[in-house]
Amino acid sequence: MKRILRTPIRNQDIEPLRIGDIVYLDGTLVTCRDVAHRRLIEYGMDLPVDLSGMAIFHAGPIVMRDGERWKMVSVGPTTSMRMEPFERDFIEKTGVKLIVGKGGMGKQTSEGCRRHKALHAVFPGGCAVLAATQIEEIERVEWQELGMPESLWVCRVREFGPLIISIDTTGDNLFEKNRAVFKKRMQRGMEEIFQKVRYIR
Amino acid sequence: MPGSESERSLVEAMSRFISFLGKRLPDDVLASLKRLGEKEDTPLAKTVYDSMFRNLEMAEKLDRPCCQDTGVIQFFVRAGPDFPLFGRMEKIFNEAVRMATHSAPLRHNAVETFDEKNTGDNTGTRIPWIHWDIVPELKGAEIDVYMAGGGCTLPGAAKVLMPAAGYEGVVEFVFDVITSYGINACPPLLVGVGVSTAVETAAILSKKAILRPIGTRNPNPRAAEMEILMEKGLNDLGIGPQGFTGAASVMGVHIESSARHPSTLAVGVSVGCWAHRRGTIRLGEDLSLKVLTHRGAVI
Repeated sequence: MKRILRTPIRNQDIEPLRIGDIVYLDGTLVTCRDVAHRRLIEYGMDLPVDLSGMAIFHAGPIVMRDGERWKMVSVGPTTSMRMEPFERDFIEKTGVKLIVGKGGMGKQTSEGCRRHKALHAVFPGGCAVLAATQIEEIERVEWQELGMPESLWVCRVREFGPLIISIDTTGDNLFEKNRAVFKKRMQRGMEEIFQKVRYIR
Repeated sequence: MPGSESERSLVEAMSRFISFLGKRLPDDVLASLKRLGEKEDTPLAKTVYDSMFRNLEMAEKLDRPCCQDTGVIQFFVRAGPDFPLFGRMEKIFNEAVRMATHSAPLRHNAVETFDEKNTGDNTGTRIPWIHWDIVPELKGAEIDVYMAGGGCTLPGAAKVLMPAAGYEGVVEFVFDVITSYGINACPPLLVGVGVSTAVETAAILSKKAILRPIGTRNPNPRAAEMEILMEKGLNDLGIGPQGFTGAASVMGVHIESSARHPSTLAVGVSVGCWAHRRGTIRLGEDLSLKVLTHRGAVI
């Protein structure tokens, strides 16, 4: 059975979740990436959307005009690690509870998730049509002067996922763990190759 | 033939090809993903592959770009010396990209540097990127079109090693890039390696390497051996789809090389994500068009 989170998300909704768990989202999801993070944290600008208890999506979509409204064409996650320098403070300032993106995030975000009870989750990268069809409506758009990818697209989603938890509210970090495993295996694997590529003699 | 009818129809055909590339992966990539997906047996890896294949089906059915990041458009052209459109192609490519931006539609992915403004039509200073190779025996031209997405462009790196580092240093550089940054770049990846003399030559060769069909081998036996060794070595890391661990890490490792200065050993790495959107089109002497990378594609 699908495990579904609904916005506004409360701490008790997400505290039982652990890295590797799969959930889906109902409610409000706001695209928010590089420049929006920089504006809030570095320049102290107020975000035009209240994110308390809400979910953000590291993503820059393709949208199309549909009369007076906007239609979501294609919207997959972007590389979350780009937001690492800002995310801990972002969580603290906004009260956001769920950050959706792709790939892992670092120690500071883990710390922010632990301290302020938030999650980072991965929507499978490159699956942008799948994601677009789970968006019922684009409710509004803010900061449109930033261009199509960087605008804040406020979306209403239904069973949005799969969302694979990569950082949980204890600060446990799936990608950091995986990376340590890969690095360890890498040493052993490279030694074998080194023996066979001594072409400069 | 400025603004001629044949030029106009070439613009339209290139625009349709760009648009098509965003929606359907090339045959070799699809075959590779299918093969790799079948090897996975953990619930997480299977969930991710299921999403990937469902997404591709929906992209085709709904006629939409399969990944929202339709990239910076790059053209790698191999043209014969008698190719009649040398002087016209830049304009043709730019016009085709503008047209595809509306018709596909493509995401707006050209930010003018220093001005820091998105141009809104995927063209800008030196963008789309065009790379020319003149091939003496070729009639007409072959054009590789590549959608360079941000996620898989980010791990790109090049470095000039001292020869004392040896090819061992090349291997270490590649493995370090893939385990540090590649896991965030939508694996399974196609890894391109340039082994060359300087930073820019290694970098451009690494990009050419990921434009080669998956599984083709470098004609030099040692380079081919190193492709196979690194492919196996990276797969043994078990990075899995999206970095969630699994049976494989890469769709392949391709090496392109040049001779080098005796004092340098340069290495470059370019990475293609699982949604590796590249296609090749052959432009005949009579300007007829044939798609080489996607079976059944009619442009």
